[in-house]
Amino acid sequence: MYRYNDFDRSYVRDRVEQFRKQVERRIDGTLSEEEFKPFRLMNGLYLQLHAYMLRVAIPYGTLDSRQMRQLAYIADRWDKGYGHFTTRQNIQFNWPKLRDVPDILEALADVEMHAIQTSGNCVRNVTSDHFAGASADEINDPRPVAELIRQWSTDHPEFAFLPRKFKIAVTGSPVDRAVTRAHDIGLRMVRDDDGNDGFEVIVGGGLGRTPVIGTVIRDFLPEADLLPYLEAILQVYNAIGRRDNKYKARIKITVRETGVEAFRTLVEDRFPVLRRVFEGGDRDFARQIRAAFAEPEYADAPTSPFDAAMDNDPAFRAFARTNLHPHKNPDYGIVTISLKAHGATPGDATSDQMRLIADLAEAFGHDEIRISHEQNIVLPHVHKKDIPAIRAALSEAGLGTANIGLASDIIACPGMDYCALATARSIPIAQQIANRLKDIEAEVGSLKIKISGCINACGHHHVGHIGILGLDRAGTENYQVTLGGDATESARLGDRAGPGFSADELIPAIERLARRYIEVREDEGESFIETYLRAGKEPFRTALYGEAPRPAAASRS
Amino acid sequence: MMARGFTPKVVTASDLFEGDVVYLARGGIWTRSLADAQLIESESAAREILSGAESVNGGLVGVYLADAEAGPDGRPRPVHYREAIRAKGPSNYCHGKQSGG
Repeated sequence: MYRYNDFDRSYVRDRVEQFRKQVERRIDGTLSEEEFKPFRLMNGLYLQLHAYMLRVAIPYGTLDSRQMRQLAYIADRWDKGYGHFTTRQNIQFNWPKLRDVPDILEALADVEMHAIQTSGNCVRNVTSDHFAGASADEINDPRPVAELIRQWSTDHPEFAFLPRKFKIAVTGSPVDRAVTRAHDIGLRMVRDDDGNDGFEVIVGGGLGRTPVIGTVIRDFLPEADLLPYLEAILQVYNAIGRRDNKYKARIKITVRETGVEAFRTLVEDRFPVLRRVFEGGDRDFARQIRAAFAEPEYADAPTSPFDAAMDNDPAFRAFARTNLHPHKNPDYGIVTISLKAHGATPGDATSDQMRLIADLAEAFGHDEIRISHEQNIVLPHVHKKDIPAIRAALSEAGLGTANIGLASDIIACPGMDYCALATARSIPIAQQIANRLKDIEAEVGSLKIKISGCINACGHHHVGHIGILGLDRAGTENYQVTLGGDATESARLGDRAGPGFSADELIPAIERLARRYIEVREDEGESFIETYLRAGKEPFRTALYGEAPRPAAASRS
Repeated sequence: MMARGFTPKVVTASDLFEGDVVYLARGGIWTRSLADAQLIESESAAREILSGAESVNGGLVGVYLADAEAGPDGRPRPVHYREAIRAKGPSNYCHGKQSGG
């Protein structure tokens, strides 16, 4: 993985010292909250419902054991012994004290991490496929490109005050695990007939109050042209994006109001100018970065312990079926560690769990760890012989749940339990659904449930097979259900099912949806989303509401 | 449309150093407990007390008026679930005020 050079190290240290002085000036009253707020947000520090929250970037979801141990140390020393992994491949600490934050940032800098640009109207943490560099279905590792974009966009003077926040996702696989179609810019690697790698460039996707599936504005952009092309998009957006209305300021609205063709023309007109400015100057650097992401030295050993476990241990087989993904090396596997034990808070890991994962990565996983946007943790390079031992260790620590991709593998934002913007709670809903569906989820199979506690959609509910949006209806939590969303390469926004449910009504309603799917699917090979797309909304709508048009306790909306 | 009548309020904010929820009690004292807050029964008093709190908010962030009502013991309790969560702590762990620390 990429290691900081002297410039990176001194830049991050300088920012820590700068913020330390800003905190001192806030505490002694020299800075008002109004003056201080932009500074703290630039350093990922939010003020939430009960406490400050520090959002730390995990660039493209990649970290090593040393960094994971440091996160555990921070959780123990300055927080409450746990961290929350988010849908943007960040980690959030929910209880830091203002005076301690500069020390936390210093501890992060010690392991080449930071919280810069995890807030504000700038280019945020670049996200990527959590199986990047390992998956059998990949064209090439997208992380070197993500790192190049991270360096280009960090403290880019022209893009420090964009009309609104800006999120870029990159994938190197035709199987989209990075939700590229729901980002301001999505980049999907493609290979042309001559074997050259490039990107399909998708612009103007996003969720939030106005969900939009992004539009392809370039079918094939050579990799060498990536930065000037991205800069052209950002320049056009920065120039014409709206600043008069926060809710119309994202690039998805710019593209919609300008028209896709007109927007594309503006970008394509600007691109050759910037291409000349760049003069390929980033290419040497890009090559150095790619060298830092060399594949690990794979072990050559028999897989017999794995084969024996598969033959003799049904629980191991269940784990392998859900939590193991094919690696590009057939003797290896990609192990996903579920942070979704039934009844647990999605995405939370204790410091002990973080340390165990660090130990396992170091002992068995070429020291590589990934964080998925689905709020799980991944060991991307594990020899199959070691997987039984890993599973045993995980199970002992409450991390062995075999539910990846199943109904209880729920994405949920922090919701009103923590978030100052939320309109309803998400976590208790996720906990209850997971427990309720535990006994039938294996039969149900692949089912993506995604929960957001407000219209900002951090829980990606629009692209959940079942999406749940928590709202405040006359002082009561009320949950809208959407059906048929899809976060993959066949991205699709879910259809609103009908009136909302109270929290108590919602949980059995979700179970009815799962059971109705089992009734109407053609066979076990037809997944929930496939059944929905074939059979349409009606059988699911009646599962939710019965034949009557409205449920007894429907919302007033 | 008829204007809605005034409903009782408390003055609340976040503590600058910890971000913890605080409430204004009688005598201008800030407390961490909603039950100890001053329940304000009139609009004019609410305006005056809020204004006073805002002018001396050195250790506070985001002072505002929150709806509250008198409980059976006469002490304030939350009306809206958001304020109930602020007053108690998150649902998923015994953290925040409910932990007593």
